[in-house]
Amino acid sequence: MAHIVGAITTSHVPAIGRAIAKGLQQDPYWKPFFDGFPPVREWLARARPDVVVVVYNDHGLNFFLDKMPTFAIGAAEQYRNADEGWGIPTVPPFEGDPALSWHLIESLVAQDFDLTTCQEMVVDHAFTLPMALCWPEMDWPVRTVPVCVNTVQAPLPSAQRCLRLGQALGRAIASWPADQRVVVMGTGGLSHQLDGERAGFINKEFDLQFMRSMRSDPSWATQFSTTQLVEQAGTQGVELLNWLVARGTLPDQVRIVHENYHIPISNTASGLMLLEPMR
Amino acid sequence: MPTPDPRQPVAGTTIFDGEQARKGYALNKMCYSFNEAANRQAFLADEQAYCDAYALNPQQRDAIRNRNVLQLIQAGGNAYYLAKFAGIFGLDMQDIGAQQTGLSKDEFKAKLLAARG
Repeated sequence: MAHIVGAITTSHVPAIGRAIAKGLQQDPYWKPFFDGFPPVREWLARARPDVVVVVYNDHGLNFFLDKMPTFAIGAAEQYRNADEGWGIPTVPPFEGDPALSWHLIESLVAQDFDLTTCQEMVVDHAFTLPMALCWPEMDWPVRTVPVCVNTVQAPLPSAQRCLRLGQALGRAIASWPADQRVVVMGTGGLSHQLDGERAGFINKEFDLQFMRSMRSDPSWATQFSTTQLVEQAGTQGVELLNWLVARGTLPDQVRIVHENYHIPISNTASGLMLLEPMR
Repeated sequence: MPTPDPRQPVAGTTIFDGEQARKGYALNKMCYSFNEAANRQAFLADEQAYCDAYALNPQQRDAIRNRNVLQLIQAGGNAYYLAKFAGIFGLDMQDIGAQQTGLSKDEFKAKLLAARG
């Protein structure tokens, strides 16, 4: 049977892609962020995942506002990256796992999560950058399944709904008969706001409380409506919903293998967590 | 003082909801087209014709002409789509943040650093 070996949650801002393209990983501005990842890569080398399920939000590359699914899942043989408007070099394509995707779709719909299924899908920085941070050589040693959460156009799914999606996704993965090692990623956040007079808003206290809750009390964030999450974490800080989906795939008891928090990268408070299930 | 909008309770923040999505559809659709380099070039070559092709309303045209992010948001623009517009001019998120908050870029960067506490 498939089993989840761990969850990785990380920020995903486009400027990381520019920094990678320019080789700025050891630049003083970027170093505190990039230095968070070697322990994750060492863990991945030991954990040897076969598949990564990446929970993220699309920023207007695959989905436009003409059709905006609350939850969507890829079921393609391959996922390509593409120009998002800034001309940053694209990354090599990712191998999909359509058989696993369809198993997840069957299982999730049976658990009352009605996802939009996508047999063609381009993946944006929110998918590609966390992958590139984990495998900087970009010779991807894993198959992938993208899961998209709408954090773009309100109404957004509630924190409670996202946590429950994660729990359902965890059960779906566990019921996959193949003997596969699975990592779940949740990308985005932490606190940041790009738009409005409140641009530049960062809330360190909230972020650190949220990270603590990821270990022992993942339902903590469900006390907030999505509007209250905007108030606490900023308009784009609500991307932490993707973290909640990833956390939901793990059992109640988890171990923090590694974490990092740094202010700022671009306009964002960056967070990184690597969690392992305790059995 | 304008009457507070119960749908928009966070000061200095326009949550992109159905009302904004309807208002900004043409504008965001134009910005979505900027994913392709050829379209970015076409916009730069003839901005008026490009706005015509996407049937922007006068408010949206003014906001585009002024390169003014707060006006673009008022006209229904979504931050993720506006970022593609800003990219045409090589503006990064600190340029955008500085413009919206009335700070210099250095002052805006200092504001971000101050969040370390």
